[in-house]
Amino acid sequence: MRNVLLFAAVGFLIVLTGLTQSWNVALGIFNMGLVSAIMALGVNMQWGYAGLFNVGVMGFVALGGLAAVLVGMPPVGEAWTAGGARVIGGLLVGAGVIVAAVIAFTRMGKGATRTAAMIVILVVGFFLFRSVFDPGVQAIEDVNSALEGYLGGLGLPILIAWPVGGLLAAGAAWAIGKTALGLRSDYLAIATLGIAEIVIAVLKNEDWMSRGVKNVIGLPRPVPYEVDLQQNPGFVEQMAAIGADPVTASSVVVKLGYAALFIVVLGIVLWLAQAALASPWGRMMRAIRDNEVAAEAMGKDVTRRHLQIFILGSAVCGIAGAMMTTLDGQLTPASYQPLRFTFLVWVMVIVGGSGNNWGAVLGGFLIWFLWVQVEPLGLWLMSTISSGLPEGSMLRDRLLESAAHMRLFTMGLVLLLVLRFAPRGLIPER
Amino acid sequence: MMDFLNGLVAFLNFVAIPATAYGAQLALGALGVTLIYGILRFSNFAHGDTMAFGTMAVILVTWGLQALGVGLGPIPTALLALPLGILITIGLVLLTDRMVYRFYRRQKVTPVLLVIVSMGVMFVYNGLTRFILGPDDQNFDDGTRFLISARDFRNMTGLDEGLAIRTSQAITVVAAVLVVAVLFWFLNRTRTGKSMRAFSDNEDLALLSGISPERVVAITWIIVAALACVAGTLYGLDKSYKPFTYFQLLLPIFAAAIVGGLGSPIGAIAGGFVIAYSEVMITYAWKKVLEYWLPERLEPDSLVQLLSTDYKFAVSFAILVIVLLFRPTGLFQGKAV
Repeated sequence: MRNVLLFAAVGFLIVLTGLTQSWNVALGIFNMGLVSAIMALGVNMQWGYAGLFNVGVMGFVALGGLAAVLVGMPPVGEAWTAGGARVIGGLLVGAGVIVAAVIAFTRMGKGATRTAAMIVILVVGFFLFRSVFDPGVQAIEDVNSALEGYLGGLGLPILIAWPVGGLLAAGAAWAIGKTALGLRSDYLAIATLGIAEIVIAVLKNEDWMSRGVKNVIGLPRPVPYEVDLQQNPGFVEQMAAIGADPVTASSVVVKLGYAALFIVVLGIVLWLAQAALASPWGRMMRAIRDNEVAAEAMGKDVTRRHLQIFILGSAVCGIAGAMMTTLDGQLTPASYQPLRFTFLVWVMVIVGGSGNNWGAVLGGFLIWFLWVQVEPLGLWLMSTISSGLPEGSMLRDRLLESAAHMRLFTMGLVLLLVLRFAPRGLIPER
Repeated sequence: MMDFLNGLVAFLNFVAIPATAYGAQLALGALGVTLIYGILRFSNFAHGDTMAFGTMAVILVTWGLQALGVGLGPIPTALLALPLGILITIGLVLLTDRMVYRFYRRQKVTPVLLVIVSMGVMFVYNGLTRFILGPDDQNFDDGTRFLISARDFRNMTGLDEGLAIRTSQAITVVAAVLVVAVLFWFLNRTRTGKSMRAFSDNEDLALLSGISPERVVAITWIIVAALACVAGTLYGLDKSYKPFTYFQLLLPIFAAAIVGGLGSPIGAIAGGFVIAYSEVMITYAWKKVLEYWLPERLEPDSLVQLLSTDYKFAVSFAILVIVLLFRPTGLFQGKAV
């Protein structure tokens, strides 16, 4: 009953936004709330079920965004002929070098020879990789660099990018989990922090793949364009019949379309997550979380289970990332900030209630709502405080200007207060 | 011979000197992280933002001093402002401990929960810094720019390559040596320092021998705040001050602490230099140095830059992964596995 009330309260807040500000803003918050809820579900699997501390959410989200580009954008034929083969060849060489190094490491006996062989393989391999790879990159980036200068994607329907985003994120999670799981918990945190920064650096700098900071814009959409709706006489007629302005109505309808798609995905992920949590597998996970030693004594392979759930959770974050990029219609690598994409998701999980999927969903909506609305609220607060001060005074300007930075402060405060006074979150684990 | 010297000077100028200054800054940062880890037993994610806050305090005091017309001539005013900045940082950190961490310490929660708490603290510090100073770049170095400028060096030695030592770099190294010397003297020679090490080695035993845990924790925070403030100010003087870059420093700092062995002060220093040198050497374009050192027919025609500077995080990360894979306790046998 309490949970229903909590959801109703968040729903009321969003409806209130629709009534006081505009339905466009309200739906915008709702759509990102849906995406945030999916991200929070992914983190909740890792933290709530298994106690894994992943602070690389941003990286997995960005990989999902990359998938949207790689799947959805049309291929750039000229770039493929110019350097596609070289780049693919270079990547194969790179992969081959790593495989060779791993083989050398596992097959040869321990000692100085092995170390030397590894170093030689890696150094020679690195230069070989660069010599094949670099000219290809150069050739691709020279192709019509103002508009293209990258390989483009596969030109498939963008909805396919969502599962692909999950797969990419899962691959990265496998590599990082293999290294850092099984060591102490803080190490996973540092390792994920690192991989997230690296993913962003790759997106920003590998122009042949993601156009880097030049951004990929105009991703294909799974829903119709506003302009097309406005020019569709049938649509205009219908909207006129219910007395709505066709321009506003078209963007509301588009947002509703996204919302419908997102609700389907959220529904599936939530259903799967709940089913998994209630199954013997879910009980095993919680048993491992609560007492690793005991679980290990019962014959459970703790590290393997951790790897499994780490990959699953990261894949969910990847799916959410692909959805978000689809919603934005563009990939802007410079916009990925850890405070926004990693730590905010953590606030969602903790505030919502770690270990409870419904809690994660609630946290996703609530915290996203706060994140959007704290700024206008802060501005209002600051102008009320400073209204007594003379127009144009230093302090007044400073206060008004700093209102924009209220967000982080508020989020930190919310996190600390919840951890202190309601450590189990709004909807506690049962 | 001339070629060799020229190459050496270019190497010193572009690799050794910047890397040493950067390494000293990282070492001071990593010392703070490693001390918290040793005594309070968690990875403090708020450390980067503590550095940012401390630097902000120093900047504000510097501006105050500049307005009063107080300065040190060729040396940046920030050094004069440092003691007050450190005091402000200590105040903030002790207040945080009192209001936030102490509650969890009494409950004996798991370390990972403390990490999450430190994440909340990080948000608040970051918000505070942006709130007070704003997110923009601040340049507060008002001293002379160079100790030796490239042109002076060329005139002095007659070499083609110049060697420039920025004042901030010299100050960084001198300050780091002083701070580290005082810290090690404190940890190894004084009674309080010894009680801290005892507490770090075995908490229960230390409690039995009558060491007050709250006192040890408070002193640790004071030292960490001072280290963070100094490290942040030196970094800000040497590069530039932007709150967000301090958050990004978290990765190389943690890498340095882990590479050296979490909980080991000497390891933190070694780790700082390992990370700094690898970052600079791997992202430096070696063409210039190699042109002097290699015989003419072997001279490279590319830049010989292994990775672009944008990937410097990847370097700290790669070293971190290698250490985690092959020697999880770090170079100096820290306590963490």
